[in-house]
Amino acid sequence: MPEFEPKIIAFCCNWCTYAAADIAGTSRIHYPANVRIVRVMCSGMVDPIYVLKAFEKGADGVLVAGCHEVDCHYLNGPLKCDAMFAKLKRVTNTLGLENERLRREMISTSESPIFAQVIEQMVQQLKKLGPSPLRGGVKA
Amino acid sequence: MNLEDIIKQTKTYYCLECGKCTSICPVSRHNSNFSPRLMLERALMDSEGELVHDRELFSCLTCYACSDLCPSEVDYPVFTQKVRSLASGQGEHGDCAHSGVLFSLMRLTAHSGIKQKRLDWLDGCRTTQRSEVLYFVGCAPYFEPVFEDIEVSPVNIARNSIKILNALGIEPMLLPNERCCGHDLLWTGDVETFKKLAHINAEMIKESGARKIVFSCPEGYRTFKIDYPQYVKLDCEPVHITELLAQNLSRLPLQPRVKQEGISPEVRKVTYQDPCRLGRHLGIYEPPREIIKAIPGIELVEMEHSGGESICCGTSVWTNCSSYSKEIRIERLSEAKATGAEVLVTTCPKCQIHFKCAMVDKGAEKGPDIKMGVTDLVNLVANAMETRE
Repeated sequence: MPEFEPKIIAFCCNWCTYAAADIAGTSRIHYPANVRIVRVMCSGMVDPIYVLKAFEKGADGVLVAGCHEVDCHYLNGPLKCDAMFAKLKRVTNTLGLENERLRREMISTSESPIFAQVIEQMVQQLKKLGPSPLRGGVKA
Repeated sequence: MNLEDIIKQTKTYYCLECGKCTSICPVSRHNSNFSPRLMLERALMDSEGELVHDRELFSCLTCYACSDLCPSEVDYPVFTQKVRSLASGQGEHGDCAHSGVLFSLMRLTAHSGIKQKRLDWLDGCRTTQRSEVLYFVGCAPYFEPVFEDIEVSPVNIARNSIKILNALGIEPMLLPNERCCGHDLLWTGDVETFKKLAHINAEMIKESGARKIVFSCPEGYRTFKIDYPQYVKLDCEPVHITELLAQNLSRLPLQPRVKQEGISPEVRKVTYQDPCRLGRHLGIYEPPREIIKAIPGIELVEMEHSGGESICCGTSVWTNCSSYSKEIRIERLSEAKATGAEVLVTTCPKCQIHFKCAMVDKGAEKGPDIKMGVTDLVNLVANAMETRE
């Protein structure tokens, strides 16, 4: 049987983490191809439904990543994201989803090696955990 | 089920076009685009196609005010429920408040493989592994983080319910992996997921060996009492906590309020909001009132519209919440204020959420003064079991 390949959906802010992922590519930094990046304008605009929908549609892990607090292009996006994420985490914990499946990171443009590391680490953790218990949506 | 079957089942053919439904409808009073009478007429005259794509299909609160008044006993809420399931099959959904998060959670709990961690709030509650009585917690653990901002704590309602049961000598069991009852999915037309949830819940309850299920939420109660038997076999009796408490009032350790410097405290006035599901859907009007009247130092005053005539809290099944919903809430809260009551008591967590939301809404301060306390009846009872000022 082939090894389980987890699917990760990463919501990345346009100004920092998306750029970091871009630079990781142009710098030829290797990281696993298990991640699908969704570019958003700010981590503060990531609504809980985006994340839940990703799990409903069969994601094994979700990453929400954006600028550090001081770098935000819209004043306080990362703070909004943190507040949203704290609530969301409580909901996914209640659902019984393992802690490692949902991750929040702040990765600036110059931190493309960190982006690659985060993805690498997530893939390793998710491979150990196996497929998400929420895989195979009942109905979208 | 096609439209013709729905028309037959809900007696739509008998509509006299008298318009009483529209005259009493709380939505029609504010939203002139919506009329139960016209919806029925369109079902009879037009093809199914137009009806299922009508935006207003999801505006109905299914509060049963119309059907209670209908001389032909047309079951408009069930008509709405069934037509919505046709609409859902064609990809139509109402506008969901909270960006669909709550619906997503309902669907996610329908996965058979999940192992929820939903009982981390039981401090001070006595529960057992095996008992004749099961307490159905419902959505409370999921609502808790979502509605924290408007200071509604559904988990507190669940905790107090169990404490009150404990005071009556009942140590209920809980289902550690209980699923959503599916009420909101059924009433928005997602019958498939509803059935799945019903089967999982029924199976778990059968295994638990419970004879009685206690609810503190009227929606869960209605779903188990009326809707589940149509799809699954349940060998136990669902009961609402207010019914149980009203039967055991003399055994409740209700404390009188403590005198302050020798002076008896003033009598506190409260008013009661009948949730649609408990009131018109199931006819439970008296038990909650008997309980409130039994609490020392509290006086119950009725609103202009109460009992069978009470007005819905403005939104149901998290769908089509709009400026009209807000107007309904302001109207209802103004009625509650006019009674002179300090606190509006209800028995449905969603009524509490909707009223509190109207109070903290942006611009609420420009409208009439609608700020008042809103709480659940079980919180009131639990509070009265403690020594208080």
